[in-house]
Amino acid sequence: MTEAMIACKGVHKYYGDYHALRGIDLTIRAGEFFSLLGPSGCGKTTLLRTIAGFEDISQGVVLIDGRDMGEVPANKRPTNMVFQSYAIFPHLTVAENVAFGLRRDPRPKADKAAAVEEALAMVGLKGYGARSAHALSGGQRQRVALARALILKPKVLLLDEPLSALDRKMREQMQVELIKLQRQVGITFVLVTHDQEEALVMSDRIAVMFEGEIAQLDGPEALYARPATRRVADFIGVMNFLPARILSESAGTVTVEVAGLGQVELPERQISRADPEDDGPMIGFRPETMTLLGPTATHSQPRETNASIDEVVYYGDMTYYDLRLDGADQLDGKARPVRISMRNVFGRDVQEVGTRTRLAWSPGSLVLFR
Amino acid sequence: MNRSGRGLQAYAVIYLLFLYAPIILLPIFAFNSGTIIAFPLQGFSTEWFEQMWSNTTLRRALANSLTIAVSASVLATCLGIFAARASTRFAFPGKGGIMGFIMLPMVLPEIIVAMSLLVVLLGVGVQLSLLTVIAGHTLICMPYAIAVLSTAFSSLDRSLEEAAYDLGESRWGAFRLVTLPLVMPGIISALLISFTISLDEFIIAFFLAGNEPTLPTYIFSQLRFPRAIPVIMALGTVLVLISIVLLAIGEYFRRRGNARIGGSPTGGLL
Repeated sequence: MTEAMIACKGVHKYYGDYHALRGIDLTIRAGEFFSLLGPSGCGKTTLLRTIAGFEDISQGVVLIDGRDMGEVPANKRPTNMVFQSYAIFPHLTVAENVAFGLRRDPRPKADKAAAVEEALAMVGLKGYGARSAHALSGGQRQRVALARALILKPKVLLLDEPLSALDRKMREQMQVELIKLQRQVGITFVLVTHDQEEALVMSDRIAVMFEGEIAQLDGPEALYARPATRRVADFIGVMNFLPARILSESAGTVTVEVAGLGQVELPERQISRADPEDDGPMIGFRPETMTLLGPTATHSQPRETNASIDEVVYYGDMTYYDLRLDGADQLDGKARPVRISMRNVFGRDVQEVGTRTRLAWSPGSLVLFR
Repeated sequence: MNRSGRGLQAYAVIYLLFLYAPIILLPIFAFNSGTIIAFPLQGFSTEWFEQMWSNTTLRRALANSLTIAVSASVLATCLGIFAARASTRFAFPGKGGIMGFIMLPMVLPEIIVAMSLLVVLLGVGVQLSLLTVIAGHTLICMPYAIAVLSTAFSSLDRSLEEAAYDLGESRWGAFRLVTLPLVMPGIISALLISFTISLDEFIIAFFLAGNEPTLPTYIFSQLRFPRAIPVIMALGTVLVLISIVLLAIGEYFRRRGNARIGGSPTGGLL
């Protein structure tokens, strides 16, 4: 394991009576692409601004590269920030924007100009130096903001929802570019986002936050496949939930009766926590872990369930089916549609609404929240 | 165009005539050689402008007025920058009340402000002079300056200053290098508004100037003498010209500022 670049220990932040950060303990490794993910108001931006030094903390310690940041103001910290609005200085040219942080640098002018050129080339804006900053497009502003921050060679680059203002295509392009850039410069990136897909695509590790607390800190795959709580599962991607009743427990293995799926036995690693507002144990599974069978298809999965198709949503490469499993209402009388996704491969027809169908699945893809 | 449209058009024309016809009369009679302000016009003359220029009391009044207007507008704008920045950036206890009291002179009858200031100044034993007028004018110009400056500050992205600070500048450096240039059009507007308010302010100048004349008090004192009226007309013409030039300058700076930052207005005059 590499050394810790950022360490937060028991960080609390109050705004008056509002408890924005509730005891954050967090270690971010050097050279890591780290994301803080959560819905708006969960404290992720507050935590980022705390690391940047824009917010004082009410309690706790923030260390950057082993140094306590308690008395260090934002302009003296080894961090630089890319703001959500990019905060490009509109009255300056692109080159003046990028060179802004070098004002106190004692190097000769020519060296600074070369550094600016280099930084602009790095973000793909070679030759844009003389342009007015306000005439740039959103994507270009973003690049200027990156160049302006990276030219100072910070230990940590903080990115506050940097892609939220871009259109979808531009966003996907910038995601890839940011990953490449991060590998190239080797600087620790800390990204704040509410977009779970963005976090999964870009990050080495992700901290999922709800209401000022970290609910789970894991790599993207672990987060998706093994959500620690029902809320995390709900926030990341699509998760189907069905009520369950616990029948017996022995040596870490739990046997449950699941509405619509019948009786299954789950080992400890498939068991996560429920959240306080949940009514009881629930089983969750991802849409792509079950297979919708044609009338005559055979399969090698251990289990099969009958269902009828309520809704079909066709996406070209994928089709989403909303299904009603037979017996899904057996536990509490509520109808619970589940969503299944199928890749559209050549030769397999999209099934129609109202069709009776079969579903093949494996107990290994289920997660119990209790 | 329909009938009601025509009616509104006529209304607009009459309205503009009522507003500007008296002002158009100023230069007409200023260049008229007759001493009586009445048609028909007598002949072209620049005599009244010469008389105006040779009148030492008038020149003194002009100098006084300019001194007061420049001082009061600079003071009101500087203080306004602090107040506007504080009120748009920070939350502090009693903010609503404090800002309310600062803005109050805008709606307070000037005669009351002038009278109470006079009573206080006399009570404290301060000699009436240009300085007392400057103080009074600063007080009444402040709300206008703050109104213009608040718009300028509040339309500015907060993260701009944070970004400058994050890039290693001091708080003051961030303000000077980023905020100040971006609110400059607002500052120029505030200066111009304060200047014009101060320049033609009568009541406070009349109460607090002691024996010193200002342009409005001088004009008022001369209106009693019919012979002096053509000179006043000439003076009025000059003042109208100055107003137009100032307005044009202000508008020029505002547009240039907007063009530089990509057209988002930050509190202009027009």
